[in-house]
Amino acid sequence: MASTDAVVRSRRFVAGSAGGGLLLLLSGCAGGGPSTLDPAGFGARRVEGFWWLLFWISVVVFVEVMALLVWALVFRRRPDRRVNRSEPTRFVVVAGAGLPIVVLLTVYGIGLRDLAALSTPEVPPAVTVEVTGHKWWWEVRYAGVDGATANEIQIPVGEPVLVRLRTVDVLHSFWVPQLMPKTDLIAGKVRETWLHAERPGEYRGQCAEYCGLQHAHMAFLVVARPRAEFDAWLARLGAPARTPDSDAERRGQQAFLGSACVACHTVRGTAATGTVGPDLSTVGARWSLGAGAVSNDGGHLGGWIANSQTVKPGNAMPPQPVDAAALPDLIAYLQSLR
Amino acid sequence: MTERGEGILTAATRPTGLATEEPVGRSTGWWGVMLFLTTEGTLFAALFGSYFYLRFQHGAPWPPDGIRQPELLLPLIMTAVLVPSSLPVLWAEAGIRQGRRWQLRAGLFGTLVMGGTFLGLQGVEYSGILREYTFTTNVYGSLFYAITTFHGSHVAVGLLMVCWLLVASLHGSFGPHRYERVRIVAYYWHFVDAVWVAILFTVYLSPRL
Amino acid sequence: MPSSTTERGAGPGTEVVERLTAEWAEPPTLRGWFSTVDHKRIGRRYLVTAAVFFGFAGFSALAMRTQLAGPEAEILSPGEYNQLFSMHGTAMIFLFSTPMLFGFGNFLVPLMVGARDMAFPRLNAFGYWVFLFAGLFMWASVPAGAAPNGGWFAYVPLTDERHTPGLHLDVYTLGLLFLGISTSAGAINFIVTSLKLRAPGMSLNRVPVFVWAIVATSFMVIFALPVLNLDNALLFLDRRFDTRFFDTDRGGNVLLWQHLFWIFGHPDVYIIVMPALGIVSAVLPVFCRRGIVAYPLIVLSVVAIAIISFGVWVHHMFATGLPQLSYGFFSAASTIITIPSGLQIFAWLATMLLGRIVVRVPFLFVVGFIVTFVIGGFTGVMFALTAFDQQTTDSYFVVAHFHYVLFGGAVFPILAAIYYWLPKISGRMYSERLGRYAFWLIFVGMNLTFFPMHVSGLLGMPRRVYTYPGGLGWDPWNLLATVGAYVLGLGLLLVAVGVVHALRRGAPAPDDPWGGDSLEWATSSPPKPYNFPVLPRVHSLHPVWDPRTAESTGPGATEDRILTDGRQTLFTSELDGRYERAVRMPEETLKPLVAAIGLLTVFVGLLFAWYWVAAAGGALFAGTLAGWLWPAHRTPEEAGVPA
Ligand code: HEA
Ligand code: HEA
Ligand code: HEC
Ligand code: CUA
Ligand SMILES: [Cu+2]
Repeated sequence: MASTDAVVRSRRFVAGSAGGGLLLLLSGCAGGGPSTLDPAGFGARRVEGFWWLLFWISVVVFVEVMALLVWALVFRRRPDRRVNRSEPTRFVVVAGAGLPIVVLLTVYGIGLRDLAALSTPEVPPAVTVEVTGHKWWWEVRYAGVDGATANEIQIPVGEPVLVRLRTVDVLHSFWVPQLMPKTDLIAGKVRETWLHAERPGEYRGQCAEYCGLQHAHMAFLVVARPRAEFDAWLARLGAPARTPDSDAERRGQQAFLGSACVACHTVRGTAATGTVGPDLSTVGARWSLGAGAVSNDGGHLGGWIANSQTVKPGNAMPPQPVDAAALPDLIAYLQSLR
Repeated sequence: MTERGEGILTAATRPTGLATEEPVGRSTGWWGVMLFLTTEGTLFAALFGSYFYLRFQHGAPWPPDGIRQPELLLPLIMTAVLVPSSLPVLWAEAGIRQGRRWQLRAGLFGTLVMGGTFLGLQGVEYSGILREYTFTTNVYGSLFYAITTFHGSHVAVGLLMVCWLLVASLHGSFGPHRYERVRIVAYYWHFVDAVWVAILFTVYLSPRL
Repeated sequence: MPSSTTERGAGPGTEVVERLTAEWAEPPTLRGWFSTVDHKRIGRRYLVTAAVFFGFAGFSALAMRTQLAGPEAEILSPGEYNQLFSMHGTAMIFLFSTPMLFGFGNFLVPLMVGARDMAFPRLNAFGYWVFLFAGLFMWASVPAGAAPNGGWFAYVPLTDERHTPGLHLDVYTLGLLFLGISTSAGAINFIVTSLKLRAPGMSLNRVPVFVWAIVATSFMVIFALPVLNLDNALLFLDRRFDTRFFDTDRGGNVLLWQHLFWIFGHPDVYIIVMPALGIVSAVLPVFCRRGIVAYPLIVLSVVAIAIISFGVWVHHMFATGLPQLSYGFFSAASTIITIPSGLQIFAWLATMLLGRIVVRVPFLFVVGFIVTFVIGGFTGVMFALTAFDQQTTDSYFVVAHFHYVLFGGAVFPILAAIYYWLPKISGRMYSERLGRYAFWLIFVGMNLTFFPMHVSGLLGMPRRVYTYPGGLGWDPWNLLATVGAYVLGLGLLLVAVGVVHALRRGAPAPDDPWGGDSLEWATSSPPKPYNFPVLPRVHSLHPVWDPRTAESTGPGATEDRILTDGRQTLFTSELDGRYERAVRMPEETLKPLVAAIGLLTVFVGLLFAWYWVAAAGGALFAGTLAGWLWPAHRTPEEAGVPA
């Protein structure tokens, strides 16, 4: 793991430094964000390599065109210059068609090879994630596991994972820039892609197909961890939700089960079995609320429950008339669901 | 085109005027109508393309949802009415080229009758099929009604144009040197006819293939 | 090179000019303003109207950029942002680029081919009114809060009735259908004009590249636009009358929308860029003081682009999961289409290298075009390669690509054209100094706005988001882009100031300020209503540089090219430009305006589901058309009927 990491770094360093300041900046900024230039997965790495090839070819051809342009602008302006009236058709054909044909054939070939490489993983995936796009959040399930989470996909590191994609409403697109190019979710179809994280980490993904009002807030997180940790996590997901172990939490649970929440949300092992909104059985452990709308902490959670429309205008959860006294308990309860 | 009463005679005897008498080459009107029909043809082609796309994406059975295969008898009769209706148009056009205005009128009238019959038969067909399914039933229904209605409205427009010609011809506007509008309407009518043949194949025959 | 009519030969006598003026002059009344059929006035109106729509769409972009300047901004609500970006894209594509270029075509094509008007002057007027009304129809939805909000390609099922209720998408479908009537009419008119109304002697190998480009564009319109119209009609039916074309629950298919849209949409981007490339081929050689290099190759490229562009649409659907084989095919076609563009770039470079360059403002914009268009073209080639596209599609990298080709490839040439033909259009010279400031602001601003978008796209920023979280590496690039947009806006403002300044204070323009080679420079600035007192006879590709053309309009000109009897122009044969006959041109009339009002009524009626209003509008339209085309009464002798 560490060695590929080092290789990658050094390769990016070579590419970056050779490209000068701009690219250094690019690679510098790559740290932390969901950058395609900071790949951590098989598919994204493949495309990153391809990008640098395309980039350098473009630079070379661009410099050539600019050289001719500047040459003309500098040396063809003397007022006494005699205009040359010849017709250099051959130059135009060679430079304008011959050269591009050679370049294009090359990159087309490489492009096809990369496309084929993206289409199927080298080894058949052992884990299948079922992801369903909703306006505007992601429902996440695992084949053979009775349980669900939202906007967060845990995967084992170092092996391919199959992702099966459906949408219940409009088109969305599944994109984890550091791991894998996009796969559109098409109404009426089931699409498949796969993820192969090479190093553990958290990789931000986001819906990439415009899907209406809150398309901007339809992000998710892919968390890659060692197989054993993943297995433990998955077992937890399949088990009933934690039961409250403090008074506050118990009161919170009462409040929760006694209000409209149960019509839309599921908490496994309780009477809450709604399927309109995300499964809340592990909501306390999630990275965000509302698919990247706000961070998951007590204050935001309270604000979300009271009126999520101020947080994420237009989302499908109406403001909840929870009375102010019960809110802290409710928050405590939801936060205990991990 | 707007004409001015005065000077027509003098104009007619000048070299340029004489050239107008015997038009050489295609007129702008001819090109205009051909290009217009090309866009119309593309529209229908895209519609037929969409039909087949939706059909093959849908998969068997086609028609879906237990809708029966389209009946053939009535459409074949409609074909037998519409396709030959190009003949009176041709005949009318040939007549006016020879200066026989009565032939123009009679031909146009014949077209009017046949086209009108076609639309009537389409109404009969709809009244039967609407009881089985409508354009909201499923994608097949939408396609069926969209394609046939779209064509039917073209027939209706064509008939309006024929009426318009007929009135103009009663008014005495056409002759061997002045029959461009007749020609243009004739092209449109032939086009509407040809499209029907494509519809017969696409909508009525192809589901049986 | 001669630079005014007087030097160029005496021309016809004053008596002829008086007769022509009497025949062609339009009354300077209000009615005359509404009833004009003069292609120059109509062309000017196209230009001004499209520029105003550009201003609206540009201000929408500024609002968007302001919202995106920093993370989590709350200047625009998501609903407002989504309407603004949809209207921005839709208007820039449909209400600005194409009409603007059609405006230049309208003004220039008859002049360049040496005719006195378009083939169908009344249809031309009608086309303008429809464009104006369709544009107002769509823009009126913005203050009403009912603007299209599904993006410029309005994918279903987001845009169906269930997911987007309200008028938003009805404005979109109906507006585009309405506008399509104007575009189709314009295209037919351009083709027929270029086929039949060319000056005698202008065989196909002597047709200016700009005219070729307009004709090729028009053919693309003829074959592409019906597909968009069908798509919009189906969506309208689905939304309003519950048909099931896109309803997956009832056997419909959502990808049909995408296929139809892009079968139109891809050719459409070349519909936008081709006339712009034609402008470059018209402007660049003149400032290089020689004819364009490899004219036949350029014409061939134009035709090749027009054809190939119909075979690449799937490259906009590389992430939708079509079969790999089809991706291989469409990827190949998309790479092949770069070759004709490359040929043109190198032909222009060769022209510059062989010529003697004179740098004036129009030429500066041409240089700006080459720099930016090549960058945009390269990112286009990258997308053509499916694997790369799947990673970057729907990210800001795409936004960067298409602004480089649209702003660089179309707006720069349009700006070049504004400066280049302003003297011809208005009879006034612009201020060179103001123009240079504008150029540098625009060039710097444009790159500052759109170059950073490549970076934010690569850093994973998706497009069409009304806001984004901070700290993902996107912030500085967005800020830069916003700053750039304001610089750009300033530059464009200077262009507007420059134009107004020229109209108010500009020095009178000579007939041929640049020493141009095509026929518009052979007549006065601005041209008289009849364009040419004597229709020229063309002997070469560069008629104005060819003394024989000047001679042909001199004292020896024969009556059959002067044509003072009524409004007349010439028909020539389609291929060789051989003299066929003189034809009458129509007088000014209000019917086109009335017909367009009829159509407006139809579309407003459909929008609000007032179907009786729509029917009344339809009747008005049909009635007007019937009167418009009503054949004049003929005596049997005139009609040639034997008594
Ligand atoms: C004027 C408009 C215009 C033009 C000219 C182009 C030109 C090209 N475009 Fe672009 N394109 C758009 C407008 C345009 N495009 C728009 C609006 C979109 C987005 C729509 C949306 O999603 O909203 C888009 C999107 C788009 C996509 C889909 C991206 C995506 O959404 O995922 C693709 C994919 O193949 C593509 C490809 C190309 C190619 C190959 C060219 C080529 O024609 C470019 C050819 C030119 C050159 C290559 C430069 C000059 C050549 C040389 C100097 C010779 C040497 C060259 C080589 C050696 C390569 N374009
Ligand atoms: C020709 C086409 C064209 C042009 C010129 C532009 C010009 C600009 N565009 Fe846009 N753009 C598109 C076509 C175009 N665009 C399309 C098709 C989309 C996709 C939409 C979609 O996703 O659906 C898009 C999307 C798009 C986005 C992405 C939105 C998103 O995905 O969320 C952004 C973001 O910054 C943007 C910015 C800009 C800016 C800053 C300009 C600037 O260049 C604008 C500068 C102009 C001004 C500032 C106006 C100033 C003018 C004057 C002062 C003169 C006034 C004169 C008179 C009134 C006579 N555009
Ligand atoms: C009408 C349906 C509905 C009701 C009732 C409802 N919710 Fe929701 N809830 C949703 C939907 C839909 C979402 C997802 C919104 C989004 O992200 O776009 C959601 C999201 C949430 C989230 C964020 C989950 C995540 O992972 O991002 C929390 C927490 C939540 N709801 C709690 C509650 C509580 C507590 C109540 C009751 C007091 C409640 N909800 C009532 C529909 C509902
Ligand atoms: Cu879901 Cu965008
Ligand atoms: Cu394209």
